[in-house]
Amino acid sequence: MRHLLSIADLSKIEAISILDTANELARVSDGAVKKLPTLRGRTIVNLFAEDSTRTRISFEAAAKRLSADVINFSAKGSSVSKGESLKDTAMTLQAMGADAVVIRHSASGAAQRLADSQWMSGSVVNAGDGTHEHPSQALLDAFTIRKHLGLGKSDLEGLSVAIVGDVLHSRVARSNVLLLAKLGAKVTLVAPPTLLPVGVESWPASVSYDFDSVIPFVDVVMMLRVQQERMTEMYFPNAREYSRYFGLNSDRMKSMKPGAIVMHPGPMNRGLEISAEVADSSRSVITEQVTNGVSVRMAILYVLLTGGSLEAGGN
Amino acid sequence: MSVALSAPDIKRALTRISHEILEKNQGASSIVLLGIPTRGAHLAQRIASIISEIEGVEISCGTLDITLFRDDLRLRAPKAIMPTTIPPSGVENRDVILVDDVLFSGRTIRSALDALGEIGRPRTVQLAALVDRGHRELPIKADFVGKNLPTSKSQSVRVLLSEIDGRDEVSIEGEAN
Amino acid sequence: MSTVDLVIKGAQLPDGKTADICIQGESIIDVTASFKGESVTTIDAKGCVVLPGLVDLHTHLREPGREDAETVLSGSKAGAKGGFTALSAMANTSPVADTAGVVEQVYRLGQEAGLLDVFPIGAVTQGLKGETLSEIGAMADSVARVRVFSDDGNCVSDPLVMRRALEYIKKFGGVIAQHAQDPRMTIGSQMNEGEVSARLGLKGWPAVAEEAIIARDVLLADHVQSRLHICHLTTAGGVEIIRWAKARGINVTAEVTPHHLLLTDDLASSYDPIFKVNPPLRTESDVHALREALADGTIDIVATDHAPHPLEAKECEWQEAAFGMLGLETALSIVQMTMVNSGLMSWQQVAERMSHKPASIGGYEHQGQRIEKGSFANLVVINPTKMWRVDRDLVLSNSSNTPYHGHELPGVVEHTIFKGTQTLINGQISQGGGK
Repeated sequence: MRHLLSIADLSKIEAISILDTANELARVSDGAVKKLPTLRGRTIVNLFAEDSTRTRISFEAAAKRLSADVINFSAKGSSVSKGESLKDTAMTLQAMGADAVVIRHSASGAAQRLADSQWMSGSVVNAGDGTHEHPSQALLDAFTIRKHLGLGKSDLEGLSVAIVGDVLHSRVARSNVLLLAKLGAKVTLVAPPTLLPVGVESWPASVSYDFDSVIPFVDVVMMLRVQQERMTEMYFPNAREYSRYFGLNSDRMKSMKPGAIVMHPGPMNRGLEISAEVADSSRSVITEQVTNGVSVRMAILYVLLTGGSLEAGGN
Repeated sequence: MSVALSAPDIKRALTRISHEILEKNQGASSIVLLGIPTRGAHLAQRIASIISEIEGVEISCGTLDITLFRDDLRLRAPKAIMPTTIPPSGVENRDVILVDDVLFSGRTIRSALDALGEIGRPRTVQLAALVDRGHRELPIKADFVGKNLPTSKSQSVRVLLSEIDGRDEVSIEGEAN
Repeated sequence: MSTVDLVIKGAQLPDGKTADICIQGESIIDVTASFKGESVTTIDAKGCVVLPGLVDLHTHLREPGREDAETVLSGSKAGAKGGFTALSAMANTSPVADTAGVVEQVYRLGQEAGLLDVFPIGAVTQGLKGETLSEIGAMADSVARVRVFSDDGNCVSDPLVMRRALEYIKKFGGVIAQHAQDPRMTIGSQMNEGEVSARLGLKGWPAVAEEAIIARDVLLADHVQSRLHICHLTTAGGVEIIRWAKARGINVTAEVTPHHLLLTDDLASSYDPIFKVNPPLRTESDVHALREALADGTIDIVATDHAPHPLEAKECEWQEAAFGMLGLETALSIVQMTMVNSGLMSWQQVAERMSHKPASIGGYEHQGQRIEKGSFANLVVINPTKMWRVDRDLVLSNSSNTPYHGHELPGVVEHTIFKGTQTLINGQISQGGGK
């Protein structure tokens, strides 16, 4: 595996081995060892052409725990914001000897463009491209679900997950649908019809417009962020109505199955798609998602930067 | 292919190593056995149970995976990471005995020393290997050796253990030159 | 018999018969089973097909304004290479071709290049803004004698403006060529809306945004009894509306591009903007509907929508990239591949859809004539059995944004003859001609 661009490129076995690797890395770094020499001497560039502090620091922490040199190249103050083309940026990174580029970009497909071009030779990690995918987020979500509800199994067979909200514009939803289905979970998308893409029928997920009819039957409720600009684009009448039908509040939470968990990729709009009581409740694993993000991203960097495919067995 | 150690040979060698460990460390009170996965971990378990039998006490025994500390990660396909389990006693001020199946270039042991250094500061670190086949590339030597096996570099030493392979045997494959 | 200027020997005519074509000056002076006389130049066209010179009703030549992408001269060369003897220069230049001055400039540049006829298309509205009519009458009366008006690139979306434009051009028998795209439904759109756009996270350009405008405009054309042409039809639904309108006797014609006859939206999966085009590539079933409609005449013509862009406009993220692809040099090969080799159309129908009919829609009197005695000698000689490989580094256009780079295509244009002069000889441009 050379790049991580889309969950579609991962086999089930590869996905599970990333989760297993993350698991071991979490144990190592939860223990006494804070820093591993694994990627010593390798250079990882965080190319963030779109603001995302949380994803960037998560990747940065992951790279640093593996002793890689990290260069941050973010939109503000860099040439990316001055209209430099992706090509020129890539050629600069190549000249700097980047072994891997972690790219966040507002254009769907930007990571793939970088990987497919001859502009640079390093590995490319998609840290969110437009409304396309966010594979590391899906992997950390699957990791978190498996930890809580996996019953020691390697996949998510038998589990039900509802993904609720702005599916149309969500790269988190796209990656999660692909990954959770690949791992055997049953996925239901819950959204107003305006926030589902035309063509969603071809996704490995079912669709519902009625949150209340779905919520009692799922093991995981994954809430998606509603961007402020959707309000002005007439996807729904107003925030209050959205909240009433698709928000997760304590009343709705009461109808959840015992043991079911609440997730959110962040940043949250408290009071819109999720109420403060729910976000801070014992069902919420939202802060744990952040913690797990570092281990999962360590695993991704480890797998990509040590070349070849993952083989089983020690020695 | 020739058999270098049979199952009874292995048993005798581990028993001898166990006695030597006890002798050198004046008993079992301070020792921690750390096996290097996969087969070193099983060997450490066996030595621990032999020592327990002799001394009548539980021996601290764990595993130390060295994958993330290897110096050849850039060249090889990534290996799955195996568990590292440090016994509750920890390693601080203890006599840590690293256990591996075959001692060859010494690079695995160097990685293990790095890994151990991240975990704590033992009083001493010692090394037990079932087989020492020579060809060291680093200044490392074993304190306890089951058997010295002179080999050529082109040969390979195969260790089978009943926990994984269904039987115990050490053999040499390939021609000596 | 005296010596003639040029004889094309042994070529297959569109109707399938083999003949020798004798050319003197600008005209065909004889089409005969076997020419026995002397000639200055002889083209041995055995095994080749001769068609009337191709006429493109939809070309972006970029001059004035973006000469780095294309000039009238470079576009003329690309056209001659592709077998064309007439191009129609779209109005979305900089400045926009919305005055007599600009259309006359483009027309003159075409004359100077001298490789084919360049007929400027005038903008329907000033600055292509869709608000106020441009000087349509002045452009019609200019040296360029503009008959086709289009805001292509933009849709004339205001129904009242469209109605007025349709009415106004009746004065001189013009036609409005509509780029059918509802602007509100396609804000920020990147590709066909469907399964592929859902997966790729690219904003959809729904078929209905095209079809709704076509439906409205055929009704308007009917109401004001004027002439409407629909540019680059791409959807099965659009085909149905045109079919209905024609059955009703509405004066509407429609075009399809070569790329919409072949390529589909799944090509966007690479995120390579070489496949980004407006209107977007649609689905397999749309492609089949378009081919059928072209074969049965519901769609009247093939037009290239040749849209050159400099490298940097395509070497970037998909959503940053410009819409459009080259078409002139590959059009005939794509039509042969999709329509002739598949058995859907005869060469006679190719002549109809790529020469006679576009010339008649545009009112280009000297173009698209039958291959017969007395016609202008605008001809193209094609070897349909030869294959060639598209190489973006070898195109004659100033730009290289062909979606077919590396593809093996059937049909090689060997010779193009424009008003009796060879503009393409054995696949090579002949500047100054073979006179």
